[in-house]
Amino acid sequence: MEQSTHLQLKLFAARMRKLIIEGVYSAQSGHPGGSLSSTEIFSYLYGEKLRVDPATPENPDRDRFVLSKGHCAPGLYAALSLRGFFDPCNIKDFRKCGSMLQGHPCRACIPGVDMSTGSLGQGISTAVGMAMMGKLDKKDYRVYSILGDGELQEGQVWEAFMSAAHYKLDNLTAFIDFNGLQIDGKTDDVMSLGSIEAKVSAFGWHMIPVDGHDFEAIEAAVSEAEKTKGKPTMIVAKTHKGKGVSFMEDQAGWHGKAPNQQEYEQAMAELDAALAELEVQA
Amino acid sequence: MSKMATREAYGKALVEFGNRDDVVVLDADLSKSTMTAFFQKAYPDRHFNMGIAEGNMMSVAAGMSTCGKTAFASTFAIFAAERALEQVRNSICYPNLNVKVCATHSGITVGEDGASHQCIEDLATMRALPNMRVVQPCDAASTRAVIRAVMNTDGPFYVRLGRLAVEGVYGEYEDDIKFEIGKANTIREGSDITIIASGLMVQQSIAAVDMLKEKGINARLLDMHTIKPIDVAAIEKASTDTGAIVTVEEHNILGGLGGAVAEVLSETRPCILKRIGMKDEFGKSGKPEALLKLFNLTPENIVAAVEETLAKK
Repeated sequence: MEQSTHLQLKLFAARMRKLIIEGVYSAQSGHPGGSLSSTEIFSYLYGEKLRVDPATPENPDRDRFVLSKGHCAPGLYAALSLRGFFDPCNIKDFRKCGSMLQGHPCRACIPGVDMSTGSLGQGISTAVGMAMMGKLDKKDYRVYSILGDGELQEGQVWEAFMSAAHYKLDNLTAFIDFNGLQIDGKTDDVMSLGSIEAKVSAFGWHMIPVDGHDFEAIEAAVSEAEKTKGKPTMIVAKTHKGKGVSFMEDQAGWHGKAPNQQEYEQAMAELDAALAELEVQA
Repeated sequence: MSKMATREAYGKALVEFGNRDDVVVLDADLSKSTMTAFFQKAYPDRHFNMGIAEGNMMSVAAGMSTCGKTAFASTFAIFAAERALEQVRNSICYPNLNVKVCATHSGITVGEDGASHQCIEDLATMRALPNMRVVQPCDAASTRAVIRAVMNTDGPFYVRLGRLAVEGVYGEYEDDIKFEIGKANTIREGSDITIIASGLMVQQSIAAVDMLKEKGINARLLDMHTIKPIDVAAIEKASTDTGAIVTVEEHNILGGLGGAVAEVLSETRPCILKRIGMKDEFGKSGKPEALLKLFNLTPENIVAAVEETLAKK
């Protein structure tokens, strides 16, 4: 990855994190933890990879993205706004009555959202449907999705994995945001998943483990996915929930909680400092 | 007139009208029962067996429809409307996508498989979903008309189909009939009472109307094939003209056709209403005809209910 691209992606991520905190603080509700853990994945996709154009959000040839872990809408909205689908100032109205930015992604009301999600397990199935139609119509678009590790407890996820392998969907690349935490605590304590890597592989997917905060690793994995023929690819991205805000990192309690004013100020001070450091480099 | 199950008419209609690139059909390992196998044979590239995983199938169909497809998703009613209820709600209805959930083996006339497979709650669950429209044709000709109509109408539909071969009400499968979604068809004119039926209870009701005629009672019979949006005008007119209504459905009397008619009457033009259907109880194994007798869904039962209702008019 070129130095300048790397820096641009780091800037994208730093700006995303500020918008995520802004949105959740303004709404006084929402899900900061998983949005922050997925930030580098969102940044790579919307800042670099996806062939999408805010001017033609319904272009049938565009790449698709489905946020299967729909509660991380603040991350998706931040990424979409930075990609130009709507003005980032809309984030302040997140979850408010009358705002287009619904609590969970809404296809009908938000430009750039390819599927309404929020009920865990369903998004990845819809991504399978999109990838199947890419094959049927012989189009070269690719379909991306992000799942949570907790989401893997939903049985439908495994139905979707089974069908993606059955239909040899090598145009489908999914990420598991493997932060190890869910609402009630550690995934290992709530309902242990065993080896996610082994399970995904056993379901017939090409599996690539990566550090989910490392852009070069993410890029290498996505590139490997594009070259992998005859099967879908799962990028198992090891991440830290709440990444970038010191007091939120690796804390299950920040799954679905908004910061109070003091916490907000501290978070923004940390994120502003991180952004300023990057801007100096730019 | 030859008998044909509405599921068979569905399979034939998919083939007849489905010769276009945007039509895709999904099934969950029941294609020989839902009759989507006909489509699979005619257009193998556009038929997708999703295995025994109905929830996934509904969401996959939703994803396909976002790519400009008209997706038909089929399985038994119990799995479509109940196992996959939340997928139908959140993946299909909330984004208002172009998916037609065509469910076969509805009601107790599934027969020998018994209560686990006899779906008697699907009109209630599907009717409660915003954006969903609910249609239940009674015979082969009207099924053909319904499938052609829903294929050409954007948005979610639930089409309730049956396993049992039934007599034609409108003609043979290939007959072009006058049929409009949302508009009830008057099968028999009458002024003493109105019977509002749907699905194969239309045939049962025709027999009942003929028996009533011999007793000097002139009953109007409406085929209320569209449960949602229901034909409010036809119900109001029936109330005004005949002052008494009996609904007949192969479904729980709670929340289905009877419930929908009661909602209309109570808000605009109240009259006495008797609901015939499954009385909040599960079905049982047996031959379809035996089950219709066991659960009081025969023409004789309808006649008795009409007489009882007229006495209260």
